[in-house]
Amino acid sequence: MATLKINGQVMTVDVDESTPLLWVLREQLGLTGTKYGCGIAECGACTIHIDGQAVRSCVYPVGALSGEEEITTIEGLSEDGSHPVQQAWVELDVPQCGYCQPGMIMAAAGLLNENPDATDEDIDAAITNICRCGTFTRVRKGIHLAKTKKA
Amino acid sequence: MTSIAGISRRGFIVGTGATGLTIGILSACAPGDKDAPADAGPPPPEVNAWVHIGTDDVVTIRIARSEMGQGTLTGLAQLVAEELECNWDYVKTEYPTPGENLARDRVWGDFLTGGSRGIRTSQDYVREGGAAARMMLIQAAANRWGVPAEECSAAKSIITHDPTGKTLRFGEVVADAAKLPAPEAVTLKDPSEWELIGKPVKRLDTVDKVTGKQLYTTDMKMDGMLNAAVKAAPKRGGTLKSFDAEAVSSMPGVKAVVKVDDTAVAVVADYWWQAKTALDALPIEWEAGEGSNFSSSAFEADLIEGLTANEAFVGNKVGDVDAAFEGAAQVIEARYNAPHQNHACMEPMNAIALWTADKCEVWCPTQNGEAALAATSEAADLPIQQCEVYKQLLGGGFGRKGATDYISQTVKIAKQMPGTPIKLLWSREEDMEQGFYHPTTKARCQGALDADGNLLGLKIRISGQSILAGIMPQALVDGMDIVVFQGLLPSGVDPRVEDQTIKYTFPSLLVDHAMRNPPVRPGFWRGVNANQNAIYLECFMDELAYAAGRDPLEFRLAHLKDSPKMAAVLQAVADKSGWGADDGLSRGLCGFYSFGSYTAACAEVTVDDDGALKMHRIVAATDPGYAVNPQQIEAQVFGSFVYGLSAMLHEEITFEEGEAQQKNFNTYNSMRIAEMPDVETLVMPSGGFWGGVGEPTIAAAPPAVLNAIFAATGKRIRQLPLKDQALR
Repeated sequence: MATLKINGQVMTVDVDESTPLLWVLREQLGLTGTKYGCGIAECGACTIHIDGQAVRSCVYPVGALSGEEEITTIEGLSEDGSHPVQQAWVELDVPQCGYCQPGMIMAAAGLLNENPDATDEDIDAAITNICRCGTFTRVRKGIHLAKTKKA
Repeated sequence: MTSIAGISRRGFIVGTGATGLTIGILSACAPGDKDAPADAGPPPPEVNAWVHIGTDDVVTIRIARSEMGQGTLTGLAQLVAEELECNWDYVKTEYPTPGENLARDRVWGDFLTGGSRGIRTSQDYVREGGAAARMMLIQAAANRWGVPAEECSAAKSIITHDPTGKTLRFGEVVADAAKLPAPEAVTLKDPSEWELIGKPVKRLDTVDKVTGKQLYTTDMKMDGMLNAAVKAAPKRGGTLKSFDAEAVSSMPGVKAVVKVDDTAVAVVADYWWQAKTALDALPIEWEAGEGSNFSSSAFEADLIEGLTANEAFVGNKVGDVDAAFEGAAQVIEARYNAPHQNHACMEPMNAIALWTADKCEVWCPTQNGEAALAATSEAADLPIQQCEVYKQLLGGGFGRKGATDYISQTVKIAKQMPGTPIKLLWSREEDMEQGFYHPTTKARCQGALDADGNLLGLKIRISGQSILAGIMPQALVDGMDIVVFQGLLPSGVDPRVEDQTIKYTFPSLLVDHAMRNPPVRPGFWRGVNANQNAIYLECFMDELAYAAGRDPLEFRLAHLKDSPKMAAVLQAVADKSGWGADDGLSRGLCGFYSFGSYTAACAEVTVDDDGALKMHRIVAATDPGYAVNPQQIEAQVFGSFVYGLSAMLHEEITFEEGEAQQKNFNTYNSMRIAEMPDVETLVMPSGGFWGGVGEPTIAAAPPAVLNAIFAATGKRIRQLPLKDQALR
């Protein structure tokens, strides 16, 4: 049994404590925006926020959570897709296949939470998500554009 | 103006939908018309059904090809909408199913999405579909007004009677239009009249991708659905000997442990994480087979032997190359390699299947809906008419999802659990182990120069793996795989591969292939053989230019007198980059033609004293003939560069004891944003032909970077990937 605060809601799930948070989100809670890509925290498709920080949920055992943490998934990043990163992504047509993009967006939003003036160097250091379609050029542009937008 | 005749036999029919009527160019007894009598006979061949318009004016454009990120959904819709003269804001898209296509005698043509053919091989008939629908809508309005159709025009979903200014909306006349016969002939717009084609409109499928609402197959849920994890024999040629289901059957959530077929076992559970956990714990014994001892390092000897073997398939031969080499003042030789690589789509292989005794339905990402349907039928052991495939958005394809192995597996599991929807998802490890890998080859390149630095002859011997021999042996011609020679083939010989021909003119040339096939399943991998062939040709051209003491741009252009389009893209990237500038950057060029498009790149790099590479910028140019959506072409240039450069930098699958040694992204790295150079894209549509977009530019980036590395260091790197190479 685990109690989680997700996107502002308290939820209780009956699940083995060793289950990665990713699979609790996807399977028990139906929050399928967060994606599986590697299972070893290499690719970032599973990126969510825990207390505003970008975290890779595929290696985060649900038992490691106290229940007090504020967990945010792509579904809860904004109510209507109006987070500055989401606005920038739409404006620049960033996604291609889109599969890695929830993770990419959460990583970008996490970066801007911590560093609203992120530079190219900051982006290089913080955004280590894999995108096989190769959206990096517009991801970079999108992060800079998001800095200029308000939610 | 282009007049297309020969569609007069096609009728126009209505299928009543919830919001309106289906307009398609169908026969009078089209199976799509649910009210049509079942015994009305077969529909005529080559009918179209591209456009649905609701009474609310919403236009639904049917897209036969698969969207996997490349933007073909939006591009194809632009083609139809251009001729339809509808309001672009009203457009949405949907996939017809492979089963519908079969039932309607392939009214939507080929579903196969590969080879950068999405737009270039269907642009004519989808535009005709849009034009025919427009003409019928206009006719319906003209009939209502009692005026000649010639006095009416359509724009933005509104039909206007030009002399009086009267108007009707498409939605107001669609019911009448649907009852009209198809036009005798369809006239397509001249490219100079295009308003939507060529415009950088936004993709139609972006918004849900940024909110998490976009569903991929792996996100879908059905009542009673169970989840499966699968493991196939890790060694090449291996088979399943036994497994101990008892050992895991009481683990949480486990519902069944099933033999999928002779090569694979699956665990079915309530949740996928439970299935995977149990699968990892499942004791499995494998039987070795042919290839189970295969080693990539040992196979090197076979590839090297092929470089000088007496027998080889000749792909291109010009002039007397032997005489050229005999008379040469200088002979240059270099050997290159290309390793096995995996597609590694971010969305691993997955599908959902529901099997009952009289029906099998599959939901899946696929680049080849019709092959998916055929695979479903075979695995389900049911007639194809009792099967259906519902295509979903792909989370990346790159050629991998043209295969149907994962679909067959899903159906085989579902068949053992009748009435229960089964969702199969591969782990990343399974994806790395069970690939259709980019084939491995080596090349021996030789050039003959005269005393003045003129090229007398060029020989490229390719040794290595044939994709066709591995997965489509029926396509070999007298044993030869013509696809091996992508981008190196002679022009004017075989129309099927005219889009993969070499644009240089040489006094003499020999390109041949010693086929050496390892027991590793090969596949079509974005760009296919153009990837390494561009390296073989364009890095070696660079070597020849330096050996001849000539400027690499001038040397290339000297051999492009017969291809002004290739010369133009090369010159454009050189000019834009500042070729020859003394600014601390080292530059390298590549020009390559494949998939019907002319591409070039100029890379700007530095290599520090420790051999660390920094790719600062790549200027890229592509001439795809017509540019349907320039901003999506730009996105494809960016993306293809990532795929090609990632392969050049990092990607290699090696086999030892028959098993892939790289199991995940920690050992099979993929390029990240920090390594991404700035890319400046020049879209240079010269008109008059339809070239591909998704793949051609992939070939241009790595050779340009490799040549720039040489310009920086004076050292040639001929072994890939670069992660294992010392650049200095």
